[in-house]
Amino acid sequence: MAVQFPASQRNVMDALESAYPTLKGTIRDQVTQERRPFVRFFACSEDLSHQSPDTPLPDSVQSGKEPFLVIGAIAGGRQQ
Amino acid sequence: MSAVRVLVGTKKGAFILTSDGKRADWKVSGPHFAGWEIYHVKGSPADPNRLYASQWSGWFGQLIQRSDDGGNSWEPVGNQFTYEGVPGTHQSYDGKPHPWEFKRVWHLEPSLTDPDTVYAGIEDAALFRSTDGGREWKELAGLRRHGSGSAWQPGAGGLCLHTILLDPSDSERIYIAISSAGAFRSDDAGTTWKPINHGLHSLYIPNPTAEVGHCVHRIAMNPTRPHVHFMQKHWDVMRSDDSGDNWHEISGNLPTDFGFPIDVHAHEPDTVYVVPIKSDSEHFPPEGKLRVYRSRTGGNEWEPLTAGLPQSDCYVNVLRDALCVDQLDPCGIYFGTTGGQVYASANSGDSWMAIVRDLPAVLSVEVQTL
Repeated sequence: MAVQFPASQRNVMDALESAYPTLKGTIRDQVTQERRPFVRFFACSEDLSHQSPDTPLPDSVQSGKEPFLVIGAIAGGRQQ
Repeated sequence: MSAVRVLVGTKKGAFILTSDGKRADWKVSGPHFAGWEIYHVKGSPADPNRLYASQWSGWFGQLIQRSDDGGNSWEPVGNQFTYEGVPGTHQSYDGKPHPWEFKRVWHLEPSLTDPDTVYAGIEDAALFRSTDGGREWKELAGLRRHGSGSAWQPGAGGLCLHTILLDPSDSERIYIAISSAGAFRSDDAGTTWKPINHGLHSLYIPNPTAEVGHCVHRIAMNPTRPHVHFMQKHWDVMRSDDSGDNWHEISGNLPTDFGFPIDVHAHEPDTVYVVPIKSDSEHFPPEGKLRVYRSRTGGNEWEPLTAGLPQSDCYVNVLRDALCVDQLDPCGIYFGTTGGQVYASANSGDSWMAIVRDLPAVLSVEVQTL
């Protein structure tokens, strides 16, 4: 999927929704474009959910070495 | 040969139950959209293979699904419900202004004549219409803007437009109901609206006979008598004989007049069904006995229907969109419970059988007569 450079949360979401229109409104609110509260964005083991949607993603994501993850809220797990 | 297709929306998916006209042996298909809350599934009267479903989850929000083959396959269609203009505010539970925010689609009502036209009742309460099979949705904004919208407050389940009735005798007449604003009618295909709550009495609101503010749970009509309506309100079962202009109480000898669903026999316009529950806090069938009540006199005189229904230790509820009737003779009645059962009667309610017992909590039940 081609993403406008530099890749940011917004650019990735724009590309994703363009390629898969059914996803509109399921990750970002259709009107406000804000991330839905029970969905988080991760990359490089970091939670990027509270970053500005226009902040460039880490270099390793830009290069395709690391994925950009969209994860729904998950309950449970054990704190290590 | 006649057949029926029962469309069941549950908290964790949709199920499709099919049988022949005897309605004794059933096939169960599903879960469709497993894991998602399916608030409503309904078929088009104009094309029985055209189905629409409201699919929602707290994680990923709202999708609308459409089937063109009776539920065997589905495709997502449009899910953008944008309030027209500047939405403004309604009241929150505590009376403070709260902006209109789309949350979910509560009810889908396909047009009586066109399979591509379908209405959606949403939360926060508004009415939308699609004329292209669900791809694009446009608000019928005259409802929220008729004058009282800023005063609407939510019921416990949210400020929801949960009932949409299309008048078969007048293509321009639409009835809707909102918890907890009340009932409204349009006589010009949804452009302008008027509240139709005269005669309703709600003790718990500041003005018990206010023009709006009543928690109407459901309204129903028999298509052969479209000017007569029956209403299950937050307390009281009501009837109107003049298209909603005036209502009078018909609770009569019901053990409790609190409940959610109401519906009318397909061939007997004065035969009405309700499912009384104990109170607005407990929502239990009285005495732990699941009883559908039937009036054959248009209200006031009610009889309990119990054959085949649990009469002890039963504390399930039947939600407002989870009771329906088919068009066969004898008329079939169907309802689903929060305990996951779907019951069917093939003889107007004289006796019941469980089609399924262990579904997720049932949110809605509709039936198509094929």
